[in-house]
Amino acid sequence: MKELSNKLSLLWLNYKKNKAIYWMALPVVLYFLVFKYLPMYGVIIAFKDYSVGKGIWGSDWVGLQHFRDFFQSYYFWRILKNTLLLSFYQLLFGFPAPILLALLLNELRHEIFKRTVQTISYIPHFISIVVICGMIVDFSSRDGLFNTIIGYFGGQSSALLSDPANFRTIYTASSIWQELGFSSIIYLAALSGINPELYDAANVDGASRLRQVWHITLPGIIPMIMILLILRIGGLMEIGFEKIILLYNPNVYDTADVISTFVYRKGISESAEFSYTTAVGLFQSVINFTLLIGANRLSKAISNTKLF
Amino acid sequence: MRMKRSMGERLFGGANAILMTGLIIVTLYPLLHVLNASLSDSGQLMAHRGLLLFPKGITMESYKLVLSNPNILSGYRNTIFIVVVGTALNLLFTILGAYTLSRKSFMLRNPIMLAIVFTMFFNGGIIPSYLLINNTLHMGNSLWALIVPGLISSYNLIIMRTSFAEISESLLESARIDGAGEMLILWRIVVPLSMPVIAVMILFYGVGHWNSWFSAILYIRDRNLFPLQLVLREILIQNSTDSMTTGATAMDKEAIGESVKYATVMVATLPILFIYPFLQKYFVKGVMIGAIKE
Repeated sequence: MKELSNKLSLLWLNYKKNKAIYWMALPVVLYFLVFKYLPMYGVIIAFKDYSVGKGIWGSDWVGLQHFRDFFQSYYFWRILKNTLLLSFYQLLFGFPAPILLALLLNELRHEIFKRTVQTISYIPHFISIVVICGMIVDFSSRDGLFNTIIGYFGGQSSALLSDPANFRTIYTASSIWQELGFSSIIYLAALSGINPELYDAANVDGASRLRQVWHITLPGIIPMIMILLILRIGGLMEIGFEKIILLYNPNVYDTADVISTFVYRKGISESAEFSYTTAVGLFQSVINFTLLIGANRLSKAISNTKLF
Repeated sequence: MRMKRSMGERLFGGANAILMTGLIIVTLYPLLHVLNASLSDSGQLMAHRGLLLFPKGITMESYKLVLSNPNILSGYRNTIFIVVVGTALNLLFTILGAYTLSRKSFMLRNPIMLAIVFTMFFNGGIIPSYLLINNTLHMGNSLWALIVPGLISSYNLIIMRTSFAEISESLLESARIDGAGEMLILWRIVVPLSMPVIAVMILFYGVGHWNSWFSAILYIRDRNLFPLQLVLREILIQNSTDSMTTGATAMDKEAIGESVKYATVMVATLPILFIYPFLQKYFVKGVMIGAIKE
């Protein structure tokens, strides 16, 4: 009690000394309270039967009913599997790709060529997802570019985006195409931070380029790799659903429908099951958060790198 | 002094260069394809199969159709409003947050920072946010619903705070001794010294607004308020080019619709492609600062 009042009087003194700072911070704090923390409070409708008329607090409690309904529904396994698989493919192919690109760029001796490759590789990142998906839809059509290329190799042309078997490949490959270059920036930055004397010493010792990559370059960027990996794992269930909404159609729900797209459809676009979809969304957030903390612990144990 | 390169190294260098050239082609070809198709005559484009290395019969017809389409024009107008007003407000709020959270004398600095970082990993989700903005704050069907809920990106705030924290404390202290207030210090010293990071923020926030469509689909019902990306979605994904091909026969409609789509892509993408090379060296730096955080 005494401690608290001590703290408060310290805070009051600090406020009187730095009034301007406190007032400048106020709009920022208000923003986060209203637009980030109020929705967190709104999550309690997952445990209620929310009706717009009664409001969040006035609606009746139903406990874990919505969660039970979700776990028992036909959709549960389908969207969980799709979410995890799409994320897993993104992790498996999408995560190492920019690291590899950064390492390869780092080995390019020709400065201008190197900068050209970099500049060009950033371009797709700046193209809107609507345009990217528009291009994918167009290229995937029966007489589109992809089918032409498949034709060169003797394949049959087909409507690629209406076959559930193709969705994951198209989604993952196009995401890598769009983000490969931009994601490599961070690794290139880490690479440029490695002490060049290490390479000189290795040269004197007669180490080959490959050995230098293995013993100097890679260890130099491991902390960065670990941090980004933790973040990725923390967002494993949060697959880029804007792109899926643009690309999918009922034909491919079997492989394309994920938790977020399901929440959007059942909660906003097709029906308004607010409480049920909030519960589904909360399930996703909780798993994400657990994964994040788990990944952080694991990384700390293995490589002594941690996010928090 | 480099040692002579061994055979293996030269082989690797060559293979690497070929691989990187391949990457350039794979990245650029789809864009070139779209550019060529947009400039092509629609009839010849329909008849053409395979790679498109040059336009088939150059014509600006589809650009004329796109640029005279009222939906595209109103979409452009709305998007420009969102980009300009939105980015200005983003900057104002992010600068205020970054400045106050970079001042060591501010006692609430760490707790607030912690609360902000927490929101990066945990959030209420789509539905509670939608209900707040649409039903509680009644911002639905207005462009403000696309601006206000995203005033600050926590990631950008951290980048900017890191950059502000690098400005020497003694410089600010001497201004304080000269009687400058915090506001004056912020706008006259901190902001001018941080122009590179501010340029990055303009790029990140501006491109974000330019490209965003999902919040518009959630909140905007009035067609006149559709931002460009939502109009694009109708044309590109839902394939409705009818409004631009009136008066043509069904066959022609399909052909014209095809090249109109490509022209639409160009019209919506070129502005960004023009500005980004100028800001490249800044955003590379911005991403680097963002990576170092704490």
